Amino acid sequence: MPGGYAGKFLDVDLSKEKVEDTTFDDETLEAYFGGRGLAAKILWDRIGKRWRKIDGLDPENIFLALTGPMTAIYPGARIMCSGKSPLSNGTVGSTASTEFASEIKMAGYDGVIVTGKAEKPVYILVTDEGGEIRDASHLWGKVGEETIKLLNREVTEELAKRKPNVGLWKEPGIIYIGPAGENMVRNAAVMSKICHACGYGGYGAVMGSKNLKAVVAKGRGKIPAVDAPESVKLLLKKTHEHLIGRTTMRRWGTGYAGYAVGADTSSEPIRNWQEEWHDEKSMGGPRFENRFWVKKKWADFGCTTNCMKISCIKTGRWKGDITDMPDYELEAYCGTNLGIFDPGDNVHMSAVIDNLGHSGINGPNTMGFAAELYQRGILTEKDFGFKPAWGDAEAMTKLAWLIAERRKIGRVLGEGTYRAALKIAKKKGMKPEELLKYAVHVKGIEIGAHGTRSDADYTHDISYAASVQGGDHTSVAVDGFTEMSAAVFTDSAVFCNFCFFGVPQELVFDFAKAITGFPITQESWRRVTGPRIVTLQRALLLLGGPDVTWKPVGDDDNPHRFYEPLPTGPYKGSKTDRALVKQKRKTYFETLGWDEKGVPTKETLKRLGLSDVDPLMRKLRK
Amino acid sequence: MSKPIWIARDYAACSGCKRCEIACSLHHEGWMWPEASRVRVFMPFPGCEVPHLCAQCNDYPCVDSCPVQALSTDADTKAVIVDREKCISCGKCIKACPGQVPILHPGDDKAIICDLCGGDPECVKVCKEAGYNALMLVEEGPSVHRRLFSRNPIEVAKDLAVLFFGEKGEEVI
Amino acid sequence: MSKPIWIARDYAACSGCKRCEIACSMHHEGWIWPEASRVRIFMPFPGCEVPHLCAQCNDYPCVNSCPVGALSTSADTKAVIVDREKCTGCGACIRACPGSVPFLHPGDDKATICDLCNGDPECAKVCKEAGYNALMLVEEGPSVHRRLFSRNPIEVAKDLAVLFFGEKGEEVI
Repeated sequence: MPGGYAGKFLDVDLSKEKVEDTTFDDETLEAYFGGRGLAAKILWDRIGKRWRKIDGLDPENIFLALTGPMTAIYPGARIMCSGKSPLSNGTVGSTASTEFASEIKMAGYDGVIVTGKAEKPVYILVTDEGGEIRDASHLWGKVGEETIKLLNREVTEELAKRKPNVGLWKEPGIIYIGPAGENMVRNAAVMSKICHACGYGGYGAVMGSKNLKAVVAKGRGKIPAVDAPESVKLLLKKTHEHLIGRTTMRRWGTGYAGYAVGADTSSEPIRNWQEEWHDEKSMGGPRFENRFWVKKKWADFGCTTNCMKISCIKTGRWKGDITDMPDYELEAYCGTNLGIFDPGDNVHMSAVIDNLGHSGINGPNTMGFAAELYQRGILTEKDFGFKPAWGDAEAMTKLAWLIAERRKIGRVLGEGTYRAALKIAKKKGMKPEELLKYAVHVKGIEIGAHGTRSDADYTHDISYAASVQGGDHTSVAVDGFTEMSAAVFTDSAVFCNFCFFGVPQELVFDFAKAITGFPITQESWRRVTGPRIVTLQRALLLLGGPDVTWKPVGDDDNPHRFYEPLPTGPYKGSKTDRALVKQKRKTYFETLGWDEKGVPTKETLKRLGLSDVDPLMRKLRK
Repeated sequence: MSKPIWIARDYAACSGCKRCEIACSLHHEGWMWPEASRVRVFMPFPGCEVPHLCAQCNDYPCVDSCPVQALSTDADTKAVIVDREKCISCGKCIKACPGQVPILHPGDDKAIICDLCGGDPECVKVCKEAGYNALMLVEEGPSVHRRLFSRNPIEVAKDLAVLFFGEKGEEVI
Repeated sequence: MSKPIWIARDYAACSGCKRCEIACSMHHEGWIWPEASRVRIFMPFPGCEVPHLCAQCNDYPCVNSCPVGALSTSADTKAVIVDREKCTGCGACIRACPGSVPFLHPGDDKATICDLCNGDPECAKVCKEAGYNALMLVEEGPSVHRRLFSRNPIEVAKDLAVLFFGEKGEEVI
């Protein structure tokens, strides 16, 4: 077994109520690493041939929660959730920081692979004794805070009963869904620790479709052994020195640093992206810190970046709300995108979204979409049962619940922005394009709070358009090379990006090599491993699903709104350059060895060890 | 020769990063083994993190409770020392401890208790390096108030919950 | 040559000791003169201490407001620099500042604004030494969000009051 891996995965079939251990050979682990890469491989192997026929919410879909060999050893332990995305019909490697990742490795597992559907709500428990399926009927319907409290108590009591004399049992690591996931809101998140989310891809809905409320892990074993332990100990020291030196990030997190990027560069969504600039000086990290940040140094397993802060509203109508900061994305999406400019209301919306298990980005993207339709009279008060007016936090709270519970127009909105646009168009007898004008997504995945119109942020022309993960701002298409040793790598090694930025890449890849013993370099990830993973993801994405299949090139594009000129701000008039998109997309495909339609060529597939994918690609090349 | 020391704790300052667990187990076990760490960080609700470790109560109830005299105290640091040869894993020291701090080692079931690293605790170093100072080295011998730091970690967390979240805090744990 | 810097502030961490006022006036005035310090600690209610000083707003409204061109910016540090010869003590810069940070010197009535000690601020040193880190040196040029740090200090203190005291905090200032 290469270093860093616990050595086995839990294979669960919820329909058959079967739980088994499984392994993968060293070649597969070296070729796909873990996390996002390994998930794509497992999905291809097990359901790739039937891909197009399977909807993301079918029992046949597979839900994966995987770590990677670097998880819980390199600072910033994360879990990666994946499966066939109910939104894009491709795959996303969606990660969240959580002790679930360190605990599952301590229990002797690198991850869980779940297929089928349970008859009644269940949760999976993974301990030193193995995996088991347990009843979760008493947890179904519970919001995040209650879920954590109940599972912490229940599992600690149970483990103390099973092994009573060993001393106090600590709480387990938990990933769970809220009402949004339970009701299969297509872009629902998998949550952990109140405010951490595997937000992109809609894997909360996949768990909900399997009646799977949570996966819980508690182990007492060692963190898996590594190939070169003395090197790892030394590299650990050096890495922490770099992370501790990142003063601003540690001090204020992305609510400040990210705000300086998105808001300063006029790329922050306002009222469903109708604008991307505001002169409101009420928003931004410093406004939250003094009133709401009750804990300013909060971190996850092994991390010294501690960008996280905990907020609590102490007074007024939202008294008692608990959430994190908010970070930049939720400052934007649970704030300005909903027309909300009051910090307290912003903190409140973040708490509501987290508790319901909505994705903090994708959920309010759909909410903003709905609010714009109301603004334009396409939807009326009758559709909602209230007026979803911009800036009205009470109304937006109701809207979040309406979608999570799939009531009234929430039923359709719970399909995600793209599908809701198509369905509403049909319902209102309008042409799809008329509604899609307001849908800010790429390949069904709603876009993160970094626009491309000002071109001053880190996101540009093809960042989302050419990305295999659609609107996912954490993993954008750059040049088919650089990003392979960044997000594709961290999503597969599985550790937090904010423990990656600010550390010299050479150190990170030495670390990877010292852990696994694999001959890993930044170069090998850029030339081979990264492209292998992304090419496989591209193939799956193009295969599509029963309801939606994307047009190569045609759908490798930005939403309509990103071609509308910015109406206000220092970049007024600026918009995404279509010619540049066309040109860079072409280069991107070429760099990755895909044809002019972006279909991986036979030669490329062969070079990357993906020849078995070729037969299904042949049809797409015509 | 080491002086009497103890590891003072600022619970509210604990970030929950668990580097103390990593550092402690690296030192005592040779590799990362959080559940074999002598300091264990409990988190019954996010934000309410409690590092749980021996506080060297001045009356050492654990030492008195051991039926085979496997526990003693270090003359220099005043830490509790476990003789692993003698220990029979009966768990009496865990029950005697006001905070149930000791645990049975996940590998060989022997009682493990913080030994203050012979006078230079590893956990304190990493906590200080990261700027949290939730675990702080203090040069001071045991006294009666140490028992106040030997509380059930869930009770401490409940206090933190109210401190941070007000009335809401009474509901979350 | 100094790089662009600013003094970031962690208001909740301010102990209210006013060593920054002492250090600043020692440096600029040669003796302890708190009301001539470029950083001033406001405490409208005990516990709610707010260090108030220039945040170098990227549009420098003070510089633009001066009718005699007495204000400029340092090419290196980006600090606001007052030419005391030219200053007429009109107070326009105080009114232009979103947080009313500048003040007229208690001695000669000239506008007084933090000049970042030419790149090595004294206040940040003493605050760090004491372990508060309420004033922190950050290497970064001005950007749009700096105005968020240029708020009326009583408003900041009101936020702190709620943070610390909950609903009671709304009554104390």
